[in-house]
Amino acid sequence: MLINEFLLLGAVLFCIGIYGVIARKNAVMVLMAIELILNAVNLNLLAFALRNGSPDGHVFALYVIAVAAAEVGVGLGLVLLIYRNKRTIALDELSEMKG
Amino acid sequence: MLAAEQVAEHAAEHVGWFLDHAFLIPLVPAVAFAIIILVGKRLPMKGSEVGVASIFASLVLAVGVAYQWIERSHTTVEPVIRKVVWWQSGGVEFSVGQHIDGLSVVMLLLVAFISTLVQIYSLEYLRGDRRYTHFFAALTLFSGGMLMMVLAENMVQLILGWEIMGLCSFMLIGHWWEEETNSRAALKAFWTVRVGDIGLLVGTGIVFFGASAFAQESGSNGFSIAAINEWALNDTSASRTVLLWGSVALFIACIGKSGQFPLHTWLPDAMAGPTPVSSLLHSSTMVVAGVFLVARLYPLFHTGLDINVAGQQFNLIAVIGGITIIIAAALAFVQTDIKKVLAYSTVSQLGYMMMGLGVGAFTPAVFHVFTHAFFKCCLFLCAGSVAHSGSHHSFEMKKDMGGLARKMPITAACWIISTLALCGVPFFSGFFSKDEIIDNAHHNGYTVFWIVGLVGAFMTTAYMTRATYLTFFGVARGAAAGVHHDDSHAVAHDVHDTHDVHDANDAHDAHAGPHESPALITVPLVILAVLALTAGYLNAAPFHLEKFTEWFATEGREPFPELAHATFEWVNAMPSIVLVAAGFIVSLFISRGLYGEKAFFLKGITKRSRPLRAGYTFLYNKYYLDALYENVIVRAVAYPISKATYWINQNVIDRTVDQVGLTGQSVGNWVYRNIDQRVVDGAVNGSGAAARGTGSALRPIQSGKVNQYGALLFGAAAIGALVLVIVNT
Repeated sequence: MLINEFLLLGAVLFCIGIYGVIARKNAVMVLMAIELILNAVNLNLLAFALRNGSPDGHVFALYVIAVAAAEVGVGLGLVLLIYRNKRTIALDELSEMKG
Repeated sequence: MLAAEQVAEHAAEHVGWFLDHAFLIPLVPAVAFAIIILVGKRLPMKGSEVGVASIFASLVLAVGVAYQWIERSHTTVEPVIRKVVWWQSGGVEFSVGQHIDGLSVVMLLLVAFISTLVQIYSLEYLRGDRRYTHFFAALTLFSGGMLMMVLAENMVQLILGWEIMGLCSFMLIGHWWEEETNSRAALKAFWTVRVGDIGLLVGTGIVFFGASAFAQESGSNGFSIAAINEWALNDTSASRTVLLWGSVALFIACIGKSGQFPLHTWLPDAMAGPTPVSSLLHSSTMVVAGVFLVARLYPLFHTGLDINVAGQQFNLIAVIGGITIIIAAALAFVQTDIKKVLAYSTVSQLGYMMMGLGVGAFTPAVFHVFTHAFFKCCLFLCAGSVAHSGSHHSFEMKKDMGGLARKMPITAACWIISTLALCGVPFFSGFFSKDEIIDNAHHNGYTVFWIVGLVGAFMTTAYMTRATYLTFFGVARGAAAGVHHDDSHAVAHDVHDTHDVHDANDAHDAHAGPHESPALITVPLVILAVLALTAGYLNAAPFHLEKFTEWFATEGREPFPELAHATFEWVNAMPSIVLVAAGFIVSLFISRGLYGEKAFFLKGITKRSRPLRAGYTFLYNKYYLDALYENVIVRAVAYPISKATYWINQNVIDRTVDQVGLTGQSVGNWVYRNIDQRVVDGAVNGSGAAARGTGSALRPIQSGKVNQYGALLFGAAAIGALVLVIVNT
C-alpha cells in the first residue's frame, strides 16, 4: 500500500495550511489555508480507512467535507461583513480582541 | 363472628337514641360558648338567648337520657359506654366518650335543670351589667364543663371537665374584678382548688399505672373509669399501697374542689361573684364535683380507704366529712352576710355527703346531692332576690335586712320551705336524704359520725333559724326599712357596676323601698321551692318509695361493693327530729333576744363575757385558717423559696450563663483572629491574588491578532502531540 505516501502528503498539506494560517494577512487566504488543513485531515482519514478496510473513515471524510463547506460559507460571510465595516480584510489591522 | 356482630348491633340499637348520644349534652353548651364569645354582642339579647337556649337543649337531651335510662333499667343497668380515640401517645390510647350509668344520668339531669333555672334568673338579675355577654358565655361553659365531667368515660376527660370548671369559676367569681376583693377572691378560689388538683393528677397517675395491666386484659387502659372500678373491686393481686395512695391523692382533689376541711376557705370568699354564680356553684356544679368523683370511683375509695371494714371506726373520707360538718356549721353562726351563711351551710352539707360516702351510705349521699341542689340553689336565689329588690344590693343581714317577709312574700315562702328542707324537717326533701345518711352511719357502726351528724343537724337548724329571723322577721333595718344609704355601696358585695343603667331600667328600686322581685326571678324560685318540698319523695324510706334507688343507684350491681343498708324506723329518726326542733327553739329564743327590739340579758354578751368573746373572735376569724395559710404557710414556703431561687438564679444560673458567655466570647475572638482572618480570608485573598497574577502574566498573549492565536493554538497542539507520542512510546 501507498499508505506512507498518503500520510506524508497529508502532513505536507497540513504544514502548508498551518503556515498559511499563521503567516498570511489576507483573511480569504487564511480561510483557504484552513481548507488545506481540513483536506490534509481527510487524506489521513481515507488512508487509515483503506488500511483497516473499514468504511468509517470514508463516511467521516464526507462529513468533514460538508462541514468544511459550511465553514467556508460562514467564514466568507464574516469576512464580507468585516470588509463592509473596516474597508479592509488584513488581519493584522483587526485587533479589537486585544485583552 | 357474624352472629356476635349482629348481637352487638342489636344491643346497640336497643339502647336508644338519647343514651347513645348523651355526649351531645356537654357539647351543646360548649358550642354555645363559642357562639356567645364570637358574635354574642351583636345579638338582640347580647348572647344570653344562646346561653339559655343551649342549656335548655341540654336539659331536653338530659330528660331524654333519663327517660330512656329508666325504661332500660327494668332489663339491664349495664353502663352505656361509647368512645373514640382522641389521640395516641407511646402506645397508650387516650379516648374521649361517655360513661352513662345511673349516677351520671342523675347528675346530667340535675346540672342541666339547675343551670337552666339559674340562666333564666340571671336574665333579670344581671340586666344591664357591663360584661353581660361574657357572663353568659362563662356560665354556659361552666355548665358544659360540669356536664362533660359527669359523663366522662375516662380520667383524662374527667380532668378536662374539672379544669374547665376551675377556669370558669375563676372567671365568674371575679366577674366584677374592678373591686380588689373580688379579684382576690377569684384568685383564692382558683389557687386553693389548684392545690387539690395536684392530688387529682398524682392520683390519676398512680391509678393508671396500678390498673393498666388489669385493664389491658379487657381492652382498655388505666384511665377508663369502668376499668378502674373493676380493677379496684376484682383484682385480688392489686397492691394495697397503690390503692391506698391512689385514693388518698384523688381524695385530696375532692377536698379542694368540694370545699372540705382544711381547704374550705375559698368557698365563702367565692361569694364575691354574682349571686346566680354562687347559686350554681354551690348547688349542682363545681363543689359537687368532688363528691361526684368519690361516688364515680366509689369501688376504688371503698377498697383503698377501707370503708365498711369491720372494726374500722374511722376512715379518711368520713373523718374529713365529719370535721367539715361541724366547723363549717359553727362558722355560719358568726356571719352577718347572708350569702356567707349559705356558703358555710353548703360546706357543711358537702361534709354530710362526704361523710355519707365515707360510712358506706352511697345512695343516701348521692340522693343528698340531688335534694341539696334544689333547696340550696333556691336559698341562694332567694338571697339574690332579697338583695335585688329588698336590700338594695346589700347582703348584710344585720345592717340592711329584717322584716322582709311581709314585703317579699314569695321570696320569703320559698326561703322558708328550702330552709325546712335544709334542716331536715320531716316530710321535706332534706329529711329523706340527710337522715338516711345519719341513720346509715349508726347502722354501719360509725357511732362517732352518727353523733357528728346529729350535732350537725342541730347546728344547721340553729344557724338557719338565725339567718331567717335576721332576714325576714324582726325589725327592718337599713335598706330594708327604705333607708337609702350610698355609703354602704362601697362595702356591699354585690354592687352592680352599671348601677345607673340598672336604676334607669328599674326605676322603682330602693327608692320605693323593698318590694317583690319580677317574675323572671320568682318563677325559678317557686319551681325550686316546689322541688325542695317534693324531690325527697323519690326516695322516701318511711313511705317505702324507692324510685331513686331503683332507677339510678348503681348499688348492688356490678361492679360495685356490697353495702349494708339501714331499714327506716321512726325510732331511729327521732333523735335528729328532736334535735332539729331543739335547735329551732333555742336559736329562735336567742335570735329574738339578740336581734329583737326588747332588752335581753344576752344582748352584747360576746362583748361582756371574756370566754364568749374569745370564742366569737375565733370563729369570726374563721379559726385563723386563712391567716395560717396566707401568713404562715404561704410566707414560710414562698419567701424562702423565692429567696433561695433568687440566690440560685444570681449565683448559679447567671454565673453559669455568664461563664458560658465569656468562654464563648474568647473562643470567638480566637477563631476570628486565627481561623477566620488567616485561614479563610487567606484562602480567599490568595486565590484572588493568584488569579490576578495569572491574568497579568497572560495578558500580553491576548494581542487581538488572529494569526498569533492560531500560532499559539497549533503550537499547543504540537506540544500536546509530542507529549502523546512520548507517553505512548
